[in-house]
Amino acid sequence: MTWPFALLAGLTAGSAIAAMTLRNLVHCALCLALTFAGLAGLFLQLNAEFVGLVQILVYIGAVAILIVFAILLTRGAEPPSPAPIATATPWGVGIAIAAFVTMAGAVIKSLEIGRSLVGTTAQADALPAFAPPSPAAPTVSVKALGERLMGDYVLPLEVLGLLLTVAMIGAVIIAMQEKKSSQ
Amino acid sequence: MGNSLDQIFVTAKQVAVGWFPGALQPWASILLSIGPIIGVFALLFGIVTVIERKALARIQNRIGPNRVGVPLTNIRLFGFGQWVADGLKMLTKEDIVPRAADRVVHFLAPLALVIPVMLAFAVLPFGRNMVALDLPETGLLFVFAVGAATELSVFMAGWSSRNKYSLLGAMRAIAQMIAYEVPLILSSLTVVMLAGSLSLVSIVARQEQVLWGFLHQWHVFTPWGLVGFLLFLVAAAAESNRTPFDLPEAESELIAGYFTEYSGFKFALFFLGEYLGLFAICGLGITLFLGGWTAPVTFLDFIPSWLWFFGKLFALLALFIWARGTIPRLRTDQLMNFAWKFLLPMALANVLVAGIWHFTFREGWTFSARWVVCAALLIAPYWLLGRGFQTRVGRREYRYAD
Repeated sequence: MTWPFALLAGLTAGSAIAAMTLRNLVHCALCLALTFAGLAGLFLQLNAEFVGLVQILVYIGAVAILIVFAILLTRGAEPPSPAPIATATPWGVGIAIAAFVTMAGAVIKSLEIGRSLVGTTAQADALPAFAPPSPAAPTVSVKALGERLMGDYVLPLEVLGLLLTVAMIGAVIIAMQEKKSSQ
Repeated sequence: MGNSLDQIFVTAKQVAVGWFPGALQPWASILLSIGPIIGVFALLFGIVTVIERKALARIQNRIGPNRVGVPLTNIRLFGFGQWVADGLKMLTKEDIVPRAADRVVHFLAPLALVIPVMLAFAVLPFGRNMVALDLPETGLLFVFAVGAATELSVFMAGWSSRNKYSLLGAMRAIAQMIAYEVPLILSSLTVVMLAGSLSLVSIVARQEQVLWGFLHQWHVFTPWGLVGFLLFLVAAAAESNRTPFDLPEAESELIAGYFTEYSGFKFALFFLGEYLGLFAICGLGITLFLGGWTAPVTFLDFIPSWLWFFGKLFALLALFIWARGTIPRLRTDQLMNFAWKFLLPMALANVLVAGIWHFTFREGWTFSARWVVCAALLIAPYWLLGRGFQTRVGRREYRYAD
């Protein structure tokens, strides 16, 4: 557990908690942007430069702004309301714990599988989070990413493009109808 | 002599790092990379504000600031000490925060602008071997990522001020920045396509190659490079909220847009962040299209590389200042139409033409044949899109209050 990781993880987790518990919605959205920044830092720490920078470009530069605009245009003018005690809180906590156990189990399982493939079985009994990283971690170049995306994964890429086009056309249609009906 | 003058800053830094004990040397190296960059660009910011005011004044048939020279003396220096006076004024002015404003967000907004913008200078190559951070995989993406992070600060400034003008200005500014990011990135995409790398150092190195024995192959000497550079310039002006795209902060429209409620040092930080953003994006344009620190022709190679870079930077800034003084402001809807209906199709046509340029090179066409074909394939969409805009301008309708 190196201190850069601890710092970034603390920042990410802390701002995620703040994004859930703050009362002012815009503050929540800004803390969410900080969470995205923390995640990008974690990606960069893992030497995934492309993914980390695209995380900043897309999540902070587009998704966070989208969230902020949505809050602004719908209920931003309201004063911050006191946090209600929802009757479904025990259900929510239960579902959150179940999701966490599932994801943690998946991460630990994948670490064990990865370690068994590399062959460092001597450290298999150590706690997974504190085990040293496997030595044969490949560094993926952007060129390789591009070649795989255009080669093996070209169909999902095209489907994504189609999805984005459909979303954009839908947005244009919704905006256009509003304008016509106002006249 | 030429080579040592070219590398004078690199050798100076190596000598200075050698003075520190071994354990501190990485830190010293980092600080000695960052310090001069920040110092030089902050100084450039001060000087450019004076140059801009005097140049705008001359365009508008007046003189501009000409009294403040060396402080505390009577030496006028044609007014080039004005930035010192302005800096001191902004440092000592009262910092007014509106009572209903969101204090934390109001405080953080200028920081959220200045910090990412300063990060962008880390990957620009200012001269041969003079880049602070060489990211061989993702240099260009780094600049765009930090540019995208500045949009959030615009929103923070506009929202936290609890002021309708600020909010309107912020929304317009963000819409404008997002709209113009697309042609900006698409025009840089052509460079990445043909250079085969996202690393800014290798993009400049590729432009250092010599054609016909004397011409360095700047990207701007190709048809896709020329159109890409023009698109980049227009999108860069819009990204930095410069006239003719400065409606979000125009004085006669929105008082000061999203930084209406900022005074004193915070306003100075916004001002600084805006100009530093302009320098960063001009630097990026120079690196991508104008050959970075290379000379245009080989017999001018004796001039140091960093001098070429800053010379080109000054030329681009002069162009932006000239455009500010000459071109009228665009209205918001005209601005948006221009981005989505003209620049975006042109940028896409440019990407297509860059591909055609590359493949005709592989097929073995001559340079002039490729130039003619690619230029024709770019002029046709330009003309058609221009006509498309013209037909929409009909007879002006006047509506009077009855």
